[in-house]
Order: sequence, then structure tokens, then C-alpha cells
Amino acid sequence: MIIELQNAAATYQAPDGEVEALRDVSFGVEEGEFCSIVGPSGCGKSTLLGAIAGLEHLSSGSVRVDGQEVTAPTSRIGLMPQRDQLFEWRSIWDNVTLGLQVMGQNTPERQKHVRELLERYDLGDFSRKKPGQLSGGMRQRCALIRTLATDPRILLLDEPFSALDYQTRLSVSSDIYRIIREQHKTALLVTHDISEAISMSDRVIVLSRRPAVVKDIIDMGALKSLPPLDRRDSPAFSGYFNLIWKELDLHD
Amino acid sequence: MTELTPSPQRLAYLRRRQRRARLIRAWQIALLVALLGLWELSTRLGWSDGFLISSPSRMLATVAKLWREGQLWHHIGTSVLETVVGFTAGTALGTLIAVCMWWSDTLSRILDPYLVVLNALPKTALGPIFIVWMGAGMGSIITMTLAISLIVTILNMYQGFRGTDPEKIRLMRTLGASRGQILRLLVFPANYATLLATLKVNVGLSWVGVIMGEFLVSRSGLGYLIVYGSQVFNMDLVMASVLILAIAAVIMYRLVLWVEKYLNHLLGVMQ
Ligand SMILES: Nc1ncnc2c1ncn2[C@@H]1O[C@H](COP(=O)(O)OP(=O)(O)OP(=O)(O)O)[C@@H](O)[C@H]1O
Ligand SMILES: [Mg+2]
Repeated sequence: MIIELQNAAATYQAPDGEVEALRDVSFGVEEGEFCSIVGPSGCGKSTLLGAIAGLEHLSSGSVRVDGQEVTAPTSRIGLMPQRDQLFEWRSIWDNVTLGLQVMGQNTPERQKHVRELLERYDLGDFSRKKPGQLSGGMRQRCALIRTLATDPRILLLDEPFSALDYQTRLSVSSDIYRIIREQHKTALLVTHDISEAISMSDRVIVLSRRPAVVKDIIDMGALKSLPPLDRRDSPAFSGYFNLIWKELDLHD
Repeated sequence: MTELTPSPQRLAYLRRRQRRARLIRAWQIALLVALLGLWELSTRLGWSDGFLISSPSRMLATVAKLWREGQLWHHIGTSVLETVVGFTAGTALGTLIAVCMWWSDTLSRILDPYLVVLNALPKTALGPIFIVWMGAGMGSIITMTLAISLIVTILNMYQGFRGTDPEKIRLMRTLGASRGQILRLLVFPANYATLLATLKVNVGLSWVGVIMGEFLVSRSGLGYLIVYGSQVFNMDLVMASVLILAIAAVIMYRLVLWVEKYLNHLLGVMQ
């Protein structure tokens, strides 16, 4: 297990009281696996990713990455945040090398790696452009390359496609899936879109309402061998959809 | 956006626009000439008292006299220098304090009530205090401009810094960025536009501070000329100084806009 949570619990302290975000979350993610987390809004999904990334402290339980307890951010983990969060005032090149700059690793070899990624994913001609000059899908690929630039083994994606329209979302999620697989990364995706979770992941982790506990972990079985767009056409798709929908229990 | 061969409709639209722009400019000039002409005429024909309200020709003569005596540039220079020092220092110092407040939440909470009071206080009331403390001179005047622009700068910049997208800060933190790096690479550049807007406001506030200060203490500068002129009942001098002040303030504002454009170009900022 590259990521392992044991009875993770997290509580926010605020002047008007405590907010219990996570109550008892335990699961593991295998190296190279693609897992999704779905749950009702406000149930603690971002808190969970924050805890894995070393940004949030647990009140009890533990998070281990590579067998080591997580206490602070490490370069083994990369975050792809909500929306692309590209810095508008920086060129694409300066955006994708942001992590290298912050870590003081802006070396020629690292830059070569980033340049290869840009070329490979059709952004080579845009490195001098500003984010404002790119389409939504290209911006998402930039955001992913920014995360890949520091060569993390684990990618945490927090509703990265939530700002895109439906059409773009389908093609971008399929692009991002392909890139993550080609780069052999372990991925943990938070989404509120059940179809997206089924079409991209090996396993789907369903969280309860706040305070979050793991309600179920569903293996995508035969779908796992298919690329995202094909999964949506598969007969098994709607079965998984209904299963997760029921587990989420959003009505009432 | 500009097509190679504009359509007839487009040409007609552009022509209409141009004609309108010319018409507006023509009216503006006509209005100015009419006002100045009427003013001049009314004093010449004795409809009003040129001694009290001066007249364009008398103002021009006064400016020419100041120039011949070699005082014109001295007074303009003094006021302009004080203003430039005032808005530069106000913006820089205010931004620095805002950075400190962003850095330490405790500090910002401690300072909060002081800022509220100072912001509400009419700063010109402090003028006499500065004069007692620092003497009659440029020091008091620049302090006056600082008093006027500093608090606004702190509040504007701090609010801008606070408004930095929390998701972007989260991203920087997962990259292992220190607080200094977050400030340098994210918070500061994200508020570049706020900084320029604040700077432009400060140019105006600085003029207020300088003229106010010169009214109270100085021996040179445009504010001094205005006060001196009114004390010796030389309305020509008063009016001429106000005219020069208006021109200087407009030119300075234009220059600041130009510097802003140049900086935007240099940094590749898109508007
Ligand atoms: N810094 C904080 N202080 C206090 N409460 C917080 C803080 N951050 C989050 N919360 C609360 O903790 C709960 C979980 O928040 P979290 O952002 O993890 O949920 P989420 O599942 O990601 O929500 P969403 O679906 O809206 O993205 C929410 O009720 C939220 O209001
Ligand atoms: Mg969230």
C-alpha cells in the first residue's frame, strides 16, 4: 500500500464550535492504482486530501505514505487543485516550472523533463503564452504537467474538472486519465460526479455525510481494462452508477 | 478583430464614430474659449472687478513675471518633488506594513482598532502637530502627505493580500513553499493591479497633502504662492498658481498612467 489511512479523524476548531470533518476513515491505495472518492458535498473530501498531502493535522488515527507517517508536505505527493489555478501573470512555462522553482530544483535535467512533457501533450508551442490565451482543456493539461514536473509518485486531484462544461469535461478527463496512466502515477481523485468516478477509477471509495466514514469501497471489475469513454458505453456502467447512487443516499 | 477589408457597414460605423469624436473635441475647445473670452471681456468692459477675480491676461502676465524672476520652476519643482516623494513613500511604506500584517495575523488584529480610528480621523487636523514637532519645512509637508495616503494604502493592500485565492495558497503549500515564497511568488504578483490602483489614488492624495502642508508652513511651492497671494490680496497670483497647479497635477497623472502602461508592457501583463 502506497497510501494507508487508519481510523483517520479530523476536527476543525472554530470560535463558534467544533466541526467534526472526518470521523473514522480507513482505506489503502496500491501503487499505480487510480482511486476515486465520492461523497455528499461538505462531507470532508478536501480535508481528507489535505491530510494525505500533509496540510491538515489529524485529531486521531494515521496517514502513511510509503510506510512513513505524513506530517508535512513532501515532494512525493502532487496536488491538482480545483479549477486549474494557473497564475495568470506567469507564462505557461513559468507556470509548469513553479514547483521546481519553489523546491529550488530548476535544473537543466528537470527542465528537459518538463519540456518533453509539454511536447508530448501538445503544449510545446504554447510555453511562452499566458494561461488566458489557452482553452479550458489545454489549461487542465498545463495544471497536470505543473504537478508532474516535480515528479511526485502520488497525484491528489480535488475536483479538478468542476469548472468545465460537460463536453470539455469528458474529453479532458479522458486526456488526464491517459497521461496519469502513461506516467505510471498513483492517483486519488475527489469528484461529485458519479459517472466520472466510474469511468476513471479502479476503485471508488464512497464516503458518508459529515462526519465522514467510509461507507463502501467498490471495485470496478471488468471496466478497469477499458478507457474512460468506452466505459460509459459499457452495459455494466449503469449497474455501478445505481449502486453508488444508492450508497450515497443523497435524497431525504 | 480588425478584418483586412472592412465591410461598408463597418466603415460607416467608424466614420460616424470619428465624426462624433471630432464634434465633442470641438465643443470642448469652444467652451473653453468662450469661458476665457467672457472672463477677459467682463473685466475689460468693467462688468466685474478684475482685482477680485483676475483675468486670463492678468494670469498670463503673472506667470510670465514669475518666469522672468526665475521663481516659476522653483515653486513648481518644490511642490512636484514633495508630491512625488509623498506618494512613493506612502505607497511603499503602506505596502510594507500591509505585508507585515499579512504575515502576522496577530499583528493585524492588534493594529485593527488603530487603523479604524486613524482612517476616520481627518488627517489635516494633524498638520499643526507635525509643524510643532518637525518645524516648518519639507519634512512636515511630506509627513502630511504620508498621513493622508498611508492608512488608505495599508487598508487597500491588506485587503488585496487577504483576498488571494485560498486554493492557490493551498497549491503553493503542497509544493512545500515557505511563507516568504508564497508572498513573493503568489500574493504579491496577484496584487500587482491593486498596487497600481493604490498608487494612482495616492498621487491625488499626495497633492492634497502637499498643498495643505504648504498652506500651513512653507516658504515655497504652489500652495505657498496661493496663500501668499491671498494674504497680500494679489488675486492674479492666486489664480495663476491654481492654474499651474491644475496643469502640473494633470501632467503628473498622465505620466503615472504612462509608467503603468510601460510596466504592464515590461511584465507582459494583459488587460
Ligand atoms: N478551516 C476550516 N475551519 C472550520 N471548518 C472547516 C474548515 N475547512 C472546512 N471546514 C468544514 O469542514 C467540513 C468539511 O470540509 P471539506 O472542504 O473537507 O468538505 P468537502 O467534502 O471537500 O466539500 P465540497 O464538496 O464542498 O468540496 C465542511 O463542513 C466545512 O465547512
Ligand atoms: Mg472540497
